[in-house]
This record gives sequence, C-alpha cells and structure tokens, in this order.
Amino acid sequence: MALFALRRLVLAIPLLIGITFISFIVIQLAPGGPFDYIRGEESGQDAKLVERLNKEYGLDQPVYVQYGRWLARIVKLDFGRSFQPDAKPVLTKIGERLPITLFLNLIQMIIIVGLAIPIGVASATRQYSLFDKVITVFVFIGFATPDFWLALLLMILFGVQLDWLPISGLRSLNYEYMSFWRQQIDFMSHLILPVTVVTFGGLAGLSRYMRQSMLEVVRQDYVQTARAKGLPEPVVIGKHALRNALLPVVTILGLSLPGLIGGSVIIESIFAIPGMGQLMVQSVFSRDYPVIMGNLVIVATLTLLANLFADLAYGLVDPRIRFSRRRGRRR
Amino acid sequence: MRRGRFLASAGTGIALLTLAVLLCVTGGRHHVAVAADEPSASDKPTFGDTFVQASIGDITGLIPNITTDGPSHAVGGLIYDGLVQTDKDLNWIPSMAESWQFSKDCLTLTFKLRKDVKWHDGKPFTAEDVHFTYKAMMNPKTPTAYRDDFELVKDVQVLDPNTVRILYSQPYAKALGSWGTAMLPRHLLAKYVEEGKLREAPQNTTSPIGTGPYKFQEWKSGEKVVLVANKDYYVQSRPYLGRIVYRIIPSQATIFLELKAKGVDMADLTAIQYARQTDYAAFKQDFNKYRYSANRYTYFGFNLKDPRFADKRVRQAFAYAINKPELIEGVVMGLAREATGPYRPGTWAYTDKVKRYPYDPAKAKQLLAAAGWTDKNGDGILRNKEGQPFNFTIRTNQGNEERKKLAELIQQRLKEIGVQTDIQTIEWAAFLKEYIKQKRFDAIILGWGTGIDPDQYPIWHSSQTGPDQLNQISYANPEVDALLEKGRTTCTQKDRVPIYHRIQEILAEDQPLIFLYFNDALPAVSSRVRGIKPEPSGISYNFIDWFVPKALQRYTSG
Repeated sequence: MALFALRRLVLAIPLLIGITFISFIVIQLAPGGPFDYIRGEESGQDAKLVERLNKEYGLDQPVYVQYGRWLARIVKLDFGRSFQPDAKPVLTKIGERLPITLFLNLIQMIIIVGLAIPIGVASATRQYSLFDKVITVFVFIGFATPDFWLALLLMILFGVQLDWLPISGLRSLNYEYMSFWRQQIDFMSHLILPVTVVTFGGLAGLSRYMRQSMLEVVRQDYVQTARAKGLPEPVVIGKHALRNALLPVVTILGLSLPGLIGGSVIIESIFAIPGMGQLMVQSVFSRDYPVIMGNLVIVATLTLLANLFADLAYGLVDPRIRFSRRRGRRR
Repeated sequence: MRRGRFLASAGTGIALLTLAVLLCVTGGRHHVAVAADEPSASDKPTFGDTFVQASIGDITGLIPNITTDGPSHAVGGLIYDGLVQTDKDLNWIPSMAESWQFSKDCLTLTFKLRKDVKWHDGKPFTAEDVHFTYKAMMNPKTPTAYRDDFELVKDVQVLDPNTVRILYSQPYAKALGSWGTAMLPRHLLAKYVEEGKLREAPQNTTSPIGTGPYKFQEWKSGEKVVLVANKDYYVQSRPYLGRIVYRIIPSQATIFLELKAKGVDMADLTAIQYARQTDYAAFKQDFNKYRYSANRYTYFGFNLKDPRFADKRVRQAFAYAINKPELIEGVVMGLAREATGPYRPGTWAYTDKVKRYPYDPAKAKQLLAAAGWTDKNGDGILRNKEGQPFNFTIRTNQGNEERKKLAELIQQRLKEIGVQTDIQTIEWAAFLKEYIKQKRFDAIILGWGTGIDPDQYPIWHSSQTGPDQLNQISYANPEVDALLEKGRTTCTQKDRVPIYHRIQEILAEDQPLIFLYFNDALPAVSSRVRGIKPEPSGISYNFIDWFVPKALQRYTSG
C-alpha cells in the first residue's frame, strides 16, 4: 500500500506539469496583457513603459520560454509577485483570501452533510410518502433558485426591512472595540445569510445521492436478514443499512475537498466577502498571470492528493478492495 | 477615462434588474431609525465621527503615482497632497505651495513652499522632496502612467528648502496643474526608486507616508481601507471627519442595500436608483442626493478611414437623424446633459456657440442624397450609384447595458432614414485588440473621460493614430492639429480660451464623432454630514470641510 501511494505520487508529477503547461498556454491566449492598464484613456499613454515592463517580466518571450522560466521558479516554491501595482507576493495574496473561503466552505459542508444525510435517509425509508414528496420539492426549489436572487431577497428582508442581520461584509465597523465574545457573535451574524444561501442551493445534490444509495441498500439480502432476525427498524436502518449506504457519499465528499479552497464568485461579490473567488476573477480580468497560475497549482495539487486519499480511504473502508503492486490500481 | 470602472459596474446589470423589480414592492416601507436627531444641532463644525464610503473596486496600491484606477486615486488623494490643487471652479489654487510665479517667457516656474508642512512620520516636507518626486516620475524604472506631465521639464532646481524652480524646454500649458501630482517622501522612497522597486516598497502596501489630510491606518485586501484624520495637517483645524472607511463592495445591488440600511454613508447611485428607487420620504430624510455633470461623455464614433464615413455630409446627416433628448430620456432617465463637443458645460474651455444638430430626419436624408445615397426603387433602403445598400455594424463593449440600449435606439433612428445597421457587443479586451487597435470597425459607441485641462491632443491630433494611440477614429484636420499644438504650448488661460473655442467649432462642424451626452454623477450622502456645498464641478472639492454635528455623530471612535 505504501508502494502504491509512492507510485501514485511520482506519477502525479508529470500530470501536474501537464496541467500547468496547458493552463499557462490557455491563459495567455486571452487577448490583452497585464500592463494594459497603464495605457489608460485618461492618463497619458506610455507604450514604451508597457514594452519595458513586458520585457522585465519576460512577457516578450515565446510562451514555452516563459513557461520554462516559471517552472524553474515554481520547483523552488517561488510563486513570484503579482503584476498589479501593489506587486505583492502571490502567496501573500492567496494567504489573505484563503482562510475565510476555507472557513466558509467548511461550515457549509458540515451543515450540508449534517442536513442532507438525515434528509436522504428519511426520504428513502419513507419512499413516495408525503414527507418524501415535500422534501423532494423543497430541495429542488433550492437547487433551482438562483443564489444571487435569493441572496438579495434575504438581504432586503433581514438586512433592510427587519434590520436583524448585517447585509454584507465580515465584520462590523466597530469590531475592534468589541469584547471577544461580542466579536464572535458579530462575525457569525455576518455569515448567517451567505451560509444559508449556499446551503439551500447545495442540499439537493447530496441528499438525493443519499436517498438513492439508501434505497439500493435497503433492498439487499443482509438488510432483509437483519429484519428477519427481528431487529428493531431503527437498528436495521441506522446500523446495518446506513454504514453501507454511506460509502458512495464518502467518495463524493472526498472528491469535493479541493473545491473547499475555491470560492463562489457570485456569493462573494454579493456579500462583499474577500475570498478566493473574487481574487481569482479579478486576477483573470487583469491578466495577473502569476496569481492565476499560483492558484491553479495549489488547486491542481490538492485535487491530485484528494484523489489519492480517496482511493486509499476506499481500501481502508471497503475490505473488498486491495492494492496490487503489479496493476497499481484498485480492482 | 476608466473603462475598467464602466465594466465593473455594468457586470451587475442582471442583479440590478431583479433588484429593480423587488424594490418597487418593498421600497416604500423603509423604517426610520434615527428620525429623532434632526438638525437642531448647530452648524458649527465639530471633529469626529466615521464616514463610510462604498467602493465597487479594491485599491491596487497606495502610491497613486503608479496606479491608474479610481479607488486608488480616491484613497491616495486623501493621504497625499500636491503643490497645487483645484478649487470648486477647477482653478489651480495653492496647496503645499504658498505661491508661484511664471517667468515672462513661461519657461520658468518658481514655487514658494509652505514651511509648516510635515510628513505623516513627522519629518519636514522640503523642496528636496519636490525634486525627488520629479526624479522618481522620470526614472525609466518607475512604472508610472503620468510621465508625460514632466516630459518637457528641463531641470528642477532646489534654490532653498522652501523654494523650487522648474525649467521647461518649451512653454507647457499644463505646467502648473502637473504639480498637483502626489509628492513622495524622499527619505523613505529614494532607495526603492533607484532600484526600480517602487511597487514593492512597504509604502505602497502597508505604510504609506504622505502629507495629506488623512493618515493611513489599515488596508484589508478586498474588504476595506481605513484612514484617520491627520491632527497635524497644515490647514488649520482640518479635517473634521475623524475616520474614513472605504468599504469594498463589488456588487452595485449590495451597495444600494447597504445605503438603504445606512451601512454606508456615501455611494454613487445609478440613474434608476436616483430617479425612482430613492424617491421616498425615509430615504430623503436619511440622505441628500446630489446631481452634477460627470467628466465623461458618451459618443457614437465612425471609422474615418472608411470612404463612406470620410464624407462629412454623411456624418452630419447621422447627427440630424439621431434624437439626443430621446436617447437621454430612454437610456439614463433624463439624467445626463446633451453634449455639443468634448468639453463639459460650465468649464472654462467650453463654448455653446457651435453648430447644433436638432433631430431632423428630412435634413438628414437631404444630406445623404447630396453625398450620393438615395432610395431610387422605393424599398426604403439607401443605395449608392453602384447599387450597394448603406449598411454597417455598430460595435460596443459587452456588459454595458447603457451602450447597448443606445445602439438599439440609434439603430432604429438610422433605419428610418434608410440606413441598415447591425449591433455587436464584444468582450472588452478582445474588442480593443481585434477591432479598435486594428481599426476594423465601422462605427462604435464608447466614452471619453475629460481631464481638468482641456488639452486633448492624444485624441484629436492626426499624429496619434497608431494602434496603441487614442485617435482611434483616424481624425485628421490640419487646422485642429495646429490649434492643438498651439493650445498645449500657450501658458496663460486667457490666451488658450479662443483656441479651444475654435476647436469646438470645427469639431461641431466636422462631427468626427457624434457627441451624445455627458453623464450625470449621482452621489447620495448621509444627511448627518454637513458642510457640503454642491457646485457644478461636484461636491468633493471641499471634503476636509465636511463634518457631523456632535449630536448626530454615530461612531465614537476617531
């Protein structure tokens, strides 16, 4: 198993290089360059300066040369500096934005999992009942509602009309002057609306998976056996069925781990949350290549690692799966 | 002009539409929380309170000399001062310079500096800093977009710590105004400028030091920028507002909701927000709305390399065929001012004594007929002698609803005189690269920003038609060329007035592009803020005089 993991890690390196190479080229295909802002319409234009900056950053070179230079730096973990006027190191920029996005996504994931699994189980065990139908309609409404629209509705109701919750941002303006506990409450109250909107929209997927998986499992022989043994229904469902029904859900969760560091642009913009989604979009608009690439490297690495962990975890959870040295893949 | 900002605000178009629908229902029932404290408080200025401004974009750096976006300049303008500044009528008045004198030949400009100016770190501001700022701007390694302002400077001489003399190689009309540039501290930045690493200086990201009315406190990327009043500011007992917070809110819809909930004290309204959605008692009690001409206009321009548009009569015909009041009413709810030329009404260079083109489709057809475009077979389509129909494409950038609507209204009016048009909207970067720079367009709808100085050499001079230059429509008129050259080398305003008046006359006659309208700026400011004196040029010129009476102050800090 250790060998399997090692082999997969080594194989991930060329894969990572391939991913970054293609991304690098695609990004450069977009028209416009990072220093075009200098040629503003209002300001005196300075084509020479743009040329000089392009040269300084090697943007006048062919793409493969640029990529080679970038790769040579990245293996030393040098992500470079942003092309924006503030010229901050890429890792600083990402570091400013990552914690809040990670935090928000984790909370959302926990709430979604916490709600979706019981909903899915309850729907499956009461298939075609009124409860099943109502909950199905409910989660699909959530799935179909545009999140920016729901966000605005909630902001108008709870922020403007009722004045119960802050509309946007992460902290109140007098945050620094609050006591520690007051600060936590203030911060959390800012998160209620965005978390609600995202949770409502994300409930459908996981709860439907859970329902489907549960439906399959309860038809299995061993569940019938458990019932035949005279076990009470909660034990049959909660102990024998649920454990097996959770397997595919665990896989889905594992694969969604890299998504944790990507923020939703729409939610972040509407609620003025300075997260990764906004950073990425702004970087794309301003052709800030180092920041875009830095983010891509991190996401790609995490995706590859998450895949590996998901595979390994599968082996641990499911005794039917063994890692064979020769084939190197799960059966 | 900052096209970037146009794009940013246009991106939320869809959200706004939805919002518009919602607000029709909910807008009227806004609760009143602070109705009690009405202006019983005297109008005697007092210190304190926090003023929260909404900004749709984050700043990009804290040294305004190397940034080009609006938010960075708004923040930089409070942290830094120049030697001169503009007053309410956009005249140059003293700031850090006490006085100045031009030599008779206009080649020498001598500034007397105030002796009481200190950097925010306590060091005195001297003539050496002026010299350094000039050197920094001219250093080829400094990534500034404003080097042009100093290109004609031959030398900057420090006569004594409070006197600095600028020598010009030729008379330069914008000489005085160019010294409104933010002055940079030599004692902190010299090293970074020399190494060409000004962008990486801590003063650009975490600790800017200026001489302006506000000191920097904090920049939380994507969240907010906080400034506090500079207690040692050289203008006595100013500024009044204790703390300024720029809240970065990337959604126009959210900014408006925050405004309604009084989470922000000042924000720019859109036309529909100004005209409809804020027209209820509670909002009027909480906020004052202002309206003045912004310094940017929208135009309908032609590719003059195209033989069809090279004919002046065709362009004039289109000017007659387009109904400007209809456009202003239909697109921005009447919140704009008809443009007759590239200068804002009310500025010293502006004249209204130019040829005008009232809506007159008959005259338009007449002019087109004279240019060889007639409808011989009566199918309603104009054709030339060879029988080719008159059709072309109007292009504009994607995501700007205003311009798209303009294109549709213009299309309709042109159709009525027998000219067929298609409309195409293209993503901004691609639009510039594929169409504008390569001059592959028939007609465009875009905007220009107008600076404080009327010199528009880069836009109208025939030498400025390269792919990266601004005379994108390839306008060439020898008389305008000569006037532009004269205008920028004449150093007294009195002598420049007739030059710019004449340029406007020629442009109005030539119609190289159809000047549609100057947009209105529509800010709303919390009514607890006093001291605002609206002028045709705007409200922000006396920002350091704004204050909140003690009884109305909402925040205790500052």
